[in-house]
Amino acid sequence: MRMTDFVVREAIIPELSATTKEGVIREMVESLRAAGCFKGTDPEEIVRQVLKRESLGSTGIGRSVAIPHAKHGSVDRLVGTVALSKAGVAFDSLDGEPVHVFVLLNSPQDRPGDHLRALENVSRSLREDGFVRALRQQTTREGIWKLLEEADHSPT
Amino acid sequence: MESQTRQQTVIITNPEGLHMRLAMAFATLAASYQSEVSVALGPKQANGKSLLDLITLAAMPGSELKVMATGKDADEALAALVDLVGKWSEKVSGAKQP
Repeated sequence: MRMTDFVVREAIIPELSATTKEGVIREMVESLRAAGCFKGTDPEEIVRQVLKRESLGSTGIGRSVAIPHAKHGSVDRLVGTVALSKAGVAFDSLDGEPVHVFVLLNSPQDRPGDHLRALENVSRSLREDGFVRALRQQTTREGIWKLLEEADHSPT
Repeated sequence: MESQTRQQTVIITNPEGLHMRLAMAFATLAASYQSEVSVALGPKQANGKSLLDLITLAAMPGSELKVMATGKDADEALAALVDLVGKWSEKVSGAKQP
């Protein structure tokens, strides 16, 4: 479950407009919807599930990174996207700092393996400071996608 | 008290495996102890105080994790962490809330 297997390239957001936690999640879900995801599903329901997960504990894991995610019964495959915020967004992170790099994951209800493997690959890259720094410097969808490809192919 | 090493195998029984919430609770609890904490899944090793390290284990339901604590408070650390994993299994079954 490499990042380029589930990140929807067309839904990548190089610079978020949103300035709040809920706004970021809405903008990322809307971007996935506009790219053709969530057919037959009310995207508002996806937003609700992600926010519900956030209410159980922030996915702002510190070091300017957040991995908001949710499972939904009507999602038939794992999809995700990446979004950046130059200004940073308050996300109730572990370290109290704003978040600049967001990776949203949306998984089918009944496939914990896919979800765990996707989280594994995302985490493997995000724990490298160099990767996060390089991501934060990107200003285009293509630049972000290229970094994800490089990360997927680099030996660990 | 002398530094000591303690280890125990725990089984992840909740149907979501070692997901982010459990990993975060584990890492936060482990960080509250002086001892070094490591978690192994087969050949894969993770720093038990690092959320991202734990998530990279991608431990599925049924995984056997070897939890090791090394330090002066290893006994307390290991007991607390094993208890935490157990409580999360009960939480999913509805028996208790941690």
